[in-house]
Amino acid sequence: MKRYFSNRNFLVWLLLSCCSLPLLAEASSFNMTQGVTSISHDVYSLHMVIFYICCAIAVVVFGLMFWAILRHRKARGVQPAQFHGSTKMEILWTAIPVAILIVMAIPATKTLLEMEDASKSDISILVTGSQWKWHYKYLDYPIEYYSLLSTPSAQIHNTAEKGEHYLREVDRPLVLPTGKKIRFLMTSDDVIHSWWVPAFAIKKDANPGFINEIWTRVDQPGVYRGQCAELCGKDHGFMPIVVEVKAPAEFDAWVKEQAEATAKAQADAQALAPMTKEDLMALGQKTYEARCAPCHQVSGEGLPGVFPALKGSVVATKNLPLHLQTVILGRAGTAMQAFGKQLSISEIAAVITYERNAWGNDTGDLVQAKDVAAAMPAKE
Amino acid sequence: MSTNEHSATAHTDHDHAHHDHKPGGGITRWLYTTNHKDIGTLYLLFSLLMFFIGGIFAMVIRAELFQPGLQLVQPQFFNQMTTLHGLIMVFGAVMPAFVGLANWLVPMMIGAPDMALPRMNNWSFWILPFSFTILLSTLFMDGGAPAAGWTFYAPLSTKYSGDSTAFFVFAVHLLGISSIMGAMNVIVTIFNLRAPGMTWMKLPLFVWTWLITAFLLIAVMPVLAGTVTMVLTDKYFGTSFFDAAGGGDPIMFQHIFWFFGHPEVYIMILPAFGIVSSIVPTFARKPLFGYESMVWATSSIAFLSFIVWMHHMFTTGMPVTAELFFMYSTMLIAVPTGVKVFNWVATMWRGAMTFETPMMFALAFIVLFTIGGFSGLMLAIVPADFQYQDTYFVVAHFHYVLVTGAVFSIVAAVYYWLPKWTGVMYDERLGQLHFWCSLVSVNMLFFPMHFVGLAGMPRRIPDYALQFANFNAFISIGGFLFGLSQLIFLAVIFKAIRRKGVKATDQVWEGAEGLEWTIPSPAPYHTFETPPHVK
Repeated sequence: MKRYFSNRNFLVWLLLSCCSLPLLAEASSFNMTQGVTSISHDVYSLHMVIFYICCAIAVVVFGLMFWAILRHRKARGVQPAQFHGSTKMEILWTAIPVAILIVMAIPATKTLLEMEDASKSDISILVTGSQWKWHYKYLDYPIEYYSLLSTPSAQIHNTAEKGEHYLREVDRPLVLPTGKKIRFLMTSDDVIHSWWVPAFAIKKDANPGFINEIWTRVDQPGVYRGQCAELCGKDHGFMPIVVEVKAPAEFDAWVKEQAEATAKAQADAQALAPMTKEDLMALGQKTYEARCAPCHQVSGEGLPGVFPALKGSVVATKNLPLHLQTVILGRAGTAMQAFGKQLSISEIAAVITYERNAWGNDTGDLVQAKDVAAAMPAKE
Repeated sequence: MSTNEHSATAHTDHDHAHHDHKPGGGITRWLYTTNHKDIGTLYLLFSLLMFFIGGIFAMVIRAELFQPGLQLVQPQFFNQMTTLHGLIMVFGAVMPAFVGLANWLVPMMIGAPDMALPRMNNWSFWILPFSFTILLSTLFMDGGAPAAGWTFYAPLSTKYSGDSTAFFVFAVHLLGISSIMGAMNVIVTIFNLRAPGMTWMKLPLFVWTWLITAFLLIAVMPVLAGTVTMVLTDKYFGTSFFDAAGGGDPIMFQHIFWFFGHPEVYIMILPAFGIVSSIVPTFARKPLFGYESMVWATSSIAFLSFIVWMHHMFTTGMPVTAELFFMYSTMLIAVPTGVKVFNWVATMWRGAMTFETPMMFALAFIVLFTIGGFSGLMLAIVPADFQYQDTYFVVAHFHYVLVTGAVFSIVAAVYYWLPKWTGVMYDERLGQLHFWCSLVSVNMLFFPMHFVGLAGMPRRIPDYALQFANFNAFISIGGFLFGLSQLIFLAVIFKAIRRKGVKATDQVWEGAEGLEWTIPSPAPYHTFETPPHVK
């Protein structure tokens, strides 16, 4: 019988392992993050403890196995023993793992109980996922907004150089104060998403129709990045999360600024000032490419069988009332969202004008803020 | 009993006059066959084809992920690739391969002339090509194939999916029918057709593990059928099982799916345990250590598989008591699994080992499956799972247990029994080359996935942040090499089927024991027409 476990093979193996050492060195920076909260530190140490336990077991079990492979081989002329069982051994190697598991379960239980206690929070934020953006609503302040990917599509399609935070940057980050217990309430407007910020050791699913609860307390100001972790359709990979943690004074200033900006935007919307066609088309294109193009495509052609085309469609070229209604209220039973609560009145006017005049739709229709306001459902 | 024997003999005589010994040639032999060896061959070849189709999808995924940015495919198609890759590998490659092995081996191992229900056997195979044709045809539809992942969570798979959903549901129904019939056949065969003297505690472990697997299949395939039916009615008939707006619950989908899904995981690994338990004693020239504890460990794993499903759902927002229960029950699985690994090592201990290709794959199985077990244990720790969930760490985990676990065991089994099937020894040099190429490339492919996962890369994304770029390029190269290595396997099989090689003896392997090694190589078309007596 030929020997396949020759010394030469072992040399090859040794060489391969040495080659992979630089990779392993890089891997040390590729461990789980320790994060910036006391919970995330606990989670990190749980991870390391269970990892070392596994390593120790591996050394013992694989060590014995490789010892047998090296020594107890026919090529060495050994005679096989014929023993085939031992109740003592079976009991031993059932009992030892049970003991190890109990040791492991105790700290895991402790950390888990702490993680799941969201009581006595200082600030509550409602986090709503939808295809493919996050919405943050501060329940203690009059602030709410959407947070969208801000990486330009040129970078994604390799026609521009990729920035440092490629795919991990947004137009408006979530802003939190340091040292406060923040309670997040998670839900979704459409499919299941999952809000994940590794530095806080938070990953919680956002389920449509249900509300989940999780909390954090961050002591270190900084910018923390994550992304959606549950497959949520086409642009699941393009739904980042950026959290900016500020000192309380800066946070209060930010809150004030946001509240004022919101009030001003509402006043502007009330004015219902008419816009020129150029302005409507420019704002419309910008809004369309950020909000509508993920499904209907920049070309307006949609994805056959998945998302309908707007180019040449009946709604976008003929039936204006239906066009207004679809954009404002969405389409039940489909992925078409109700943009009436996502966009300002002038943005809706602009985007409808754009859709009716771009890609050769050329209806010449101009839709103004007042037309949209008239079509909006009465406020309750 | 004597009348039965008499009628069986009469039946055989009758058959001799028509088409026995070797059936007619051409396509009709394979279409109409009720012979367990023919059907086993069909299953195995079908599984090989699916392994390569699913592999091509994986290559598309790895090619797109080779660099950051979108290069080859668009996100929607990328999602179709991940979905089909999973479905094809689970239902098309791994499960049919095990059923093929059961068909070939169970009757020969228990001294039965054939499977107990041969016509149903034919049917359960021939459903499969139709089912997968339906599933794969969706690639050519408007909107393409299903894209909600092989787990097809609602409402992504209901309200937000394309019309491929209907095709997908029908394909899964067919698969389920096929699997249930295959499982019934295995159970009936093992209960009724054991040779005299083949008592329960003398059954080869492959037979035991398959018997337990068959019960799991019958228990959970109807659950899967229920899930897809609810998806179908939610999408097309206005029900709201998984829609909160109509009083349903999207999380209920996950409960039902994983109540099927977790036992399904063990359906794909228990027969692998049986294979390794057959191969290791042969090449260690020493009886299996702890046979009885192996049977009990397998049964315990099967039982536990029904009470751990929620560990797939720790981030869905469940009561803390449920999190604790499912953490403990999941950790518990490490105990019987550990017993198995310890028994294999004890079997090798003070044996006289040789290292032919089947043994090499079995040894790699033990080490690499155990690594997959370790990451499984880590995933059970709920607070840590919040960081691991839905990242490449999970992808690494289940590919270690499914590729270096289930697939390696299937490859080991093919090398081990191929001489019995074809009558010639496979090409050992090519076999060793296949092994070493696979071993190196599979670890290049899956080991770094642990690191990218821990560093924060979610699974199922077509594009990623720049810090993951180097690792992904390395992983992709490993993936391409692993794909190429499997062409060697194809060459080995092709040579053996064309009977190129040294003639195999009846026993084939020096240390092999069991009824299948007492019959000639290649195994005649009909074996054990008179049952052997097992001492």
